[in-house]
Amino acid sequence: MKARVFVTLKKSVLDPQGKAIHSALDSMGFHTVGDVRCGKMIEVSFKPGMKPDAAADHLKNMCEKLLANTVIEDYRWEIDPSS
Amino acid sequence: MKKKKFGVVVFPGSNCDADCLYVLKDVMGQPAEFIWHKSASLGDVEAVVLPGGFSYGDYLRTGAIARFSPVMNAVVEFAKTGRPVIGICNGFQILLEAGLLEGAMLRNRSLAFVCKTVELRVENAGGTFANRLRKGEVLRIPIAHGEGNYYADPATIDRLKQENRIVLRYIDNPNGSMEDIAGIVNRKGNVFGLMPHPERSSESALGSEDGRKIFESILQS
Repeated sequence: MKARVFVTLKKSVLDPQGKAIHSALDSMGFHTVGDVRCGKMIEVSFKPGMKPDAAADHLKNMCEKLLANTVIEDYRWEIDPSS
Repeated sequence: MKKKKFGVVVFPGSNCDADCLYVLKDVMGQPAEFIWHKSASLGDVEAVVLPGGFSYGDYLRTGAIARFSPVMNAVVEFAKTGRPVIGICNGFQILLEAGLLEGAMLRNRSLAFVCKTVELRVENAGGTFANRLRKGEVLRIPIAHGEGNYYADPATIDRLKQENRIVLRYIDNPNGSMEDIAGIVNRKGNVFGLMPHPERSSESALGSEDGRKIFESILQS
């Protein structure tokens, strides 16, 4: 079973990378873009036998302790039970 | 001047560890030794230095992985007893990730790695790390970082100001840091994190000896 964890800067935190990407897109002619936020995606593959409920508990713990810095970042995840 | 035994922690990817040891031992004549990050104990050291560098390649976030090195449990316990811990550059980032100091580091506003000598104003003289400094004094110390843009929520910033815990401010902010913060201490005043590199400005041959005053302050404390 696989999970995808998405870590992004909180809305209240200025995102210099997102700003740079936005201005690059703008200069390329993509004037429809209002804002860009840049984050990271972490794919976690569990060992066989993991149940989705237990995986969610583990993911929350992982995010709080290591994967995200909750001072500046938000996190969410998607579990794909079929993977 | 009093003597103190320093321990310089070496993480995989530390690159200012030898500079720190050199300044403490050869320039200042203090007993000092390296402490490998896998060590569970700090031995009999009386002050701990977390040096600059790119521990664990800055993977995930700066300092995020180093903070879970075995030695960090000992560093947290050491800090709890009120003994001095100084984190320089990546060391500051590790202290933030470990929760020994509040706040976090973001990418520099310019997105560029900035490596140059900067001017710093001493905001809070005295205490463990600044007793050889004068309030308002201007120090010239180099910075070298890509993620020194200090961030904390407004309540934390207010607390830092009210409790007089901002020790150093940039005169010309090089990275977007809130409140021009270059260095802060914890509430007890025994844990200090700063982005500038005092070990690179501890000898006249390097253009500035201002950084040495910070190490000398630790000896006086």
